[in-house]
Amino acid sequence: MADQTLDAKGLNCPLPILRAKKALQTIAVGGTLEVLATDPGSVKDFQAFCNTTGNELVESGTEGKVYRFVLRRRS
Amino acid sequence: MTTAAENVIPIPRAAAKRMSIIVTKGSLDWAYPPFILATTAAAMGLEVTMFFTFYGLPLLLKQLDLNISPLGNAAMKMPLAGLHMTMPNFACMIPGVDAAASRMMKNLIKKKGVASIADLRGLAIEAGVRMIACQMTLDLFEYKLEDMIEGPELGGAATYIEVASQSDINLFI
Repeated sequence: MADQTLDAKGLNCPLPILRAKKALQTIAVGGTLEVLATDPGSVKDFQAFCNTTGNELVESGTEGKVYRFVLRRRS
Repeated sequence: MTTAAENVIPIPRAAAKRMSIIVTKGSLDWAYPPFILATTAAAMGLEVTMFFTFYGLPLLLKQLDLNISPLGNAAMKMPLAGLHMTMPNFACMIPGVDAAASRMMKNLIKKKGVASIADLRGLAIEAGVRMIACQMTLDLFEYKLEDMIEGPELGGAATYIEVASQSDINLFI
């Protein structure tokens, strides 16, 4: 169970990333954020976001038409 | 004898990577790339500077009036009832066609969950994106500073070059 869930369904690029960044800042370092999105581009974007920012992409998968990501705040 | 490596003078650098964007276009479609990239880069920890010049400068006006014209844009194919509609150049002369195309685009933006330019601009400011308004363009097109949003500083080419020379990514849009 993630510490917080962000519903970014229906939002298009770059909003899921921008909202996730904001949400991560409200989570303690080491905490996790679950992101739900419908933007197919978000799969690569969350990977790239984590690669660049040093946050950890713990999970990345799909549940039906919804993409689900779990991010761990590292900095 | 010294080696080449010893002769290199280290350039002092901030830890964060930097990106600069020259924003030269202000139509509804072209306003997107700079704001999308600026907000995303800022979210990814980069220090971002946007330099607004020529037709990009009105993107700093408090009252945004963004429009699009299909005239001369052969690549503009708007989705309509499952097909893609192109607008012949002669039809763009008909009064109201540009306004209709702008309305159509704004409806699409809403429908597809794409942020508005005003929203992205607000997010960019919130994320600490540095904005520079081109002084020369302001004079040339007779814009008033009081009609612009709060925050952007005035600057010129040298101001931009200083920023660009210290940036890792420099874009001209």
